[in-house]
Amino acid sequence: MLMGYSFGELGSIMAMQGFAGLSLFSVFVLMALGLAIIFGQMGVINMAHGEFMILGAYVTYLTSQAFTNYLPSLFGIYFFVAVTLAFCASGALGMLVEWALIRHLYRRPLDTLLATWGLSLILQQVYRSVFGAREVGVDQPDWMMGATNLSDTIQIPINGLIVMALTAVISVFVYLLIYRMKWGRQVRAVMSNRAMAGAVGIDTEKVDRYTFGIGCGIAGVAGSAFTMIGSTNPTAGQLYIVDTFLIVVFGGAQSLIGTIASAFTISQARSTLEFFLSGSMAQVLVLLTVVGILMLRPQGLFVLKIRR
Amino acid sequence: MTFLNRKDIIGILLLALVIVVILPVCLDAFRLNLVGKYLTYGFVALGLVLCWGDAGILSLGQGIFFGLGGYCMAMFLKLEASSPENTKIQSTPGIPDFMDWNQITSLPWFWQPFHSLTFTLVAVPLVPMLLAFVIGLAMFKRRVGGTYFAIITQAVASILTILIIGQQGYTGGVNGITDLRTLLGWDIRPDHAKYVLYFINAGLLIACVLLAQFVRRSKLGRILVAMRDKEDRVRFSGYDVADFKIFVFCFAAALAAIGGAMFTLQVGFMSPSFVGIIPSIEMVIFCAVGGRTSILGAIYGALMVNWARTTFSEDLPQVWLLAMGALFILVVVAFPNGLAGIYRRYLDPLVDRVLPPGGGRAPTIATVESPHAPATVAK
Amino acid sequence: MLKDEKSGRTLSASRRRLLQGAAALPVVSLLPRGGYAAAPATAAVNTTGLAVTDDSVTVGILHSITGTMAISETGSVEAEKLAISQINSEGGVLGRQIKIIQEDGASDWPTFAEKAKKLLVNDKCAAVFGCWTSASRKAVLPVFEQYNGMLYYPTFYEGLEQSKNVIYTGQEATQQILAGLDWVNRTKGSKTFYLLGSDYIWPRTSNKIARKHIENHLTGCKVVGEDYFPLGSTQFNSVINKMKLVKPDVIYAIIVGGSNVAFYKQLKAAGVDLSKQTLLTISVTEDEILGIGGENIAGAYACMKYFQSLDNPNNKLFVPAFKKMWGEKSVIGDVTQAAYLGPNLWQLTAEKAGSFDIDKIAAASPGVEFKGAPEGYVRIHENHHLWSKTRVGRARLDGQYDVIYETADLVEPNPFPKGYQ
Repeated sequence: MLMGYSFGELGSIMAMQGFAGLSLFSVFVLMALGLAIIFGQMGVINMAHGEFMILGAYVTYLTSQAFTNYLPSLFGIYFFVAVTLAFCASGALGMLVEWALIRHLYRRPLDTLLATWGLSLILQQVYRSVFGAREVGVDQPDWMMGATNLSDTIQIPINGLIVMALTAVISVFVYLLIYRMKWGRQVRAVMSNRAMAGAVGIDTEKVDRYTFGIGCGIAGVAGSAFTMIGSTNPTAGQLYIVDTFLIVVFGGAQSLIGTIASAFTISQARSTLEFFLSGSMAQVLVLLTVVGILMLRPQGLFVLKIRR
Repeated sequence: MTFLNRKDIIGILLLALVIVVILPVCLDAFRLNLVGKYLTYGFVALGLVLCWGDAGILSLGQGIFFGLGGYCMAMFLKLEASSPENTKIQSTPGIPDFMDWNQITSLPWFWQPFHSLTFTLVAVPLVPMLLAFVIGLAMFKRRVGGTYFAIITQAVASILTILIIGQQGYTGGVNGITDLRTLLGWDIRPDHAKYVLYFINAGLLIACVLLAQFVRRSKLGRILVAMRDKEDRVRFSGYDVADFKIFVFCFAAALAAIGGAMFTLQVGFMSPSFVGIIPSIEMVIFCAVGGRTSILGAIYGALMVNWARTTFSEDLPQVWLLAMGALFILVVVAFPNGLAGIYRRYLDPLVDRVLPPGGGRAPTIATVESPHAPATVAK
Repeated sequence: MLKDEKSGRTLSASRRRLLQGAAALPVVSLLPRGGYAAAPATAAVNTTGLAVTDDSVTVGILHSITGTMAISETGSVEAEKLAISQINSEGGVLGRQIKIIQEDGASDWPTFAEKAKKLLVNDKCAAVFGCWTSASRKAVLPVFEQYNGMLYYPTFYEGLEQSKNVIYTGQEATQQILAGLDWVNRTKGSKTFYLLGSDYIWPRTSNKIARKHIENHLTGCKVVGEDYFPLGSTQFNSVINKMKLVKPDVIYAIIVGGSNVAFYKQLKAAGVDLSKQTLLTISVTEDEILGIGGENIAGAYACMKYFQSLDNPNNKLFVPAFKKMWGEKSVIGDVTQAAYLGPNLWQLTAEKAGSFDIDKIAAASPGVEFKGAPEGYVRIHENHHLWSKTRVGRARLDGQYDVIYETADLVEPNPFPKGYQ
């Protein structure tokens, strides 16, 4: 398959594939960042992460409907409103879930896995009852559709650019939050040693609740971004969950840099392989390699301390 | 029978009474076949009691072993059903129909040994055990445990599902292996055959229960419990923790595989929808509902959750999903020891009063004392 | 669907009511009070213990109401219920009202098998309308053959199957594929094809048939690429780049389920203009466009036997009736229409056979014609599939299709095509 392509064509392929890989990378980062915060910083496994994402997608759908019906002239900017609303909605639901369910289970990480699985079933059924079992179509404003031409043969999808921009914004936000703000220091303190953190006066419960809420809020933003590239239906969250967990675990669950690095590696590997093999084999190979590497180095790529 | 005290014997006899006598008498053939299906999940739950409840290893990939055992049995049955006379309308008679549709003209090498029942019966527990051994070796020797291990088992389940679906020429793909008819000439489809299979299944289950209890009551079982609670101390005492973990993981895999094979026989087909993540997590919930440390509880848990699922999905499918989700949450948050925990707290003292003393305070088959109970001396 | 059985014409609503009223008068005067005139005795129509009484007959509906397949199967359930309510309001089958027992397959094939057994063994349904994916059909087929039931299966599928106990009301692969490929080769002079599909039996088998047809039957044509993606996959940028490079004349896409939405959105986002790049699909109906969004797929061609925008008298009655029952915003895809055919074909077959017994229904099925079909006309073949026309439609911005080609004759179903296997 490499034969028969001219150098110019190869160059274009590489450019577009590179961009496809970057696009996939930003999708993975968005999915994984919320989970990395929750799993890495708090040790909580949230199997309902996909459903928080879909909540963001449904909120985007409702926003687009509202704008179409009531504010058609402003439809061009509805997406930014939707993203903010998605963040708030998923964040609020996350805080509610943390208060009602997760905080009882901090000492039992395996049990949070099961409990959040049950939550995901409930959420899926709620979406099905409220929005119907069918997919909903989310309209996009015209300026967001199509592609820009960087050159004659290199075309870059616009919503890929938007997703990447969104990812960059969110990543910067998370970085500032965790490493530069007082809040982040408190989060890191609670994560390292909950008892001592409480002893020095940090309100551990509030910290946990807001951290979980922020993680879920980021998931909502990811879901919002996904309305541009994927389908919105009650069971769509399930599609992403295994990949997301693997990315987080592969990167070393306590390191956000690790998450980003792992998302980069996996996304580039997969998009390159997909070019030369079929989609199924590419996915299997990438999964096998990741599992293999994890078997050799179970703590992931970057690690702060060994986890049992 | 030093591994069973009086309460254990009563418990097992009661279970035997229920599944061998009461249910067959009360239910028609169709419902009894369903119960037989639930009991095959009981094998998986049984394995999880030892693996998860006692040793603290949560495996979210038991579907892998259930599926592998089931596929081994399905391959044997399918080869038998694809005899040249049955398949004479195919382009290549003598091979399974899905291979024919995929233009495969001769039986692949890894199907050939499944012509023999002996090989199949050996392969059913052995192949999954081999895979469990490899996974366990890689993970436990490096001291990977807990949540990481759980996620990796999920990834392996996912990989296996994609592989099976993608290689549809060799495995039947997403349809699975269907239309199984006879076992060594004996037709497994009519009602009387289902009765026979049910009793074989029940008998095997009781045997596995006894086996599991034997393992648990042995010294090995005590080490498992110790590992769950304080792994470092066990290691410092000189035991190679990884070996024990590998053993119990393989043991749970073998049990799940037997369940899978019996499932294939009773239901008549096997598909990748039992191998993936969702069924694997559901198998864990059967164990959790029954009480993750209770062998008998696991079986009752499997029976009850599945019975509830069938009943509700007939009448109120939407409500069932909400109910199942709520069940997960309740069992984990409010009743971490499941039905067995409820039994232990409310009914066990009553039973104690009825039974004469002398049964000792050794952990019974129904429960294992919580980590903070005083240590007892085995008989 | 309303049909005047003697003349085969369809009737307008008011004429229909007038005729019904007029027809009832002489009959009513002859009846003993409280009976339907044309109801044959139960012992005559039911000799195998099915759930038939003097005034009712029970059928089963077996689709996924929960789970991932619920997205697709909801339409089939709605169509079947519409057909049954229409049949009931016209007097039912053999003078008996149809009662429904509905079961949920939950997108899980073993559950389908279990519920199928329940419907046949416990509930003794005279017919079952159900299934959607091939996997669910394969799982229930042994049950129907063992307990001698009758299944009406609505989805277009890969063929390679034929059973006395199933009537396949959707197209099999050759009906969908061959005419469409011929059309695109003839009208657009297409020579190179890129085959895409989701990774399971229907797309793989269909693409095999497509490839054989392209390579052996269309002169000078060839397949320049073939790729498969796991069910549920959402990343298609790599293959879209591949296709941009290879520039095939036709993209032949058989992507299924949620992946459809991702594929077309990403195709549009990559700047592929479907008014210039020909794309032919056999897996996108009006239902799928709801999720994809008309603006993402406008200009693509689909090969089906039914489109909601079909302009014939039957369809003009069917679409409003469907919307009245299920909502003004309903869309009706090919499978939904095929599901609608099921109860109607069963009713016609039972009336022809004069019995509900499955063996008699199976024997009477070949040759049964349904002239009131929304797609125009269908007839059951000896191999239990349907003679029907193949049509090609072009997707519009509003989510509907413009029908731009229709085979002149009915296409014969051929589930075991020689030379294509």
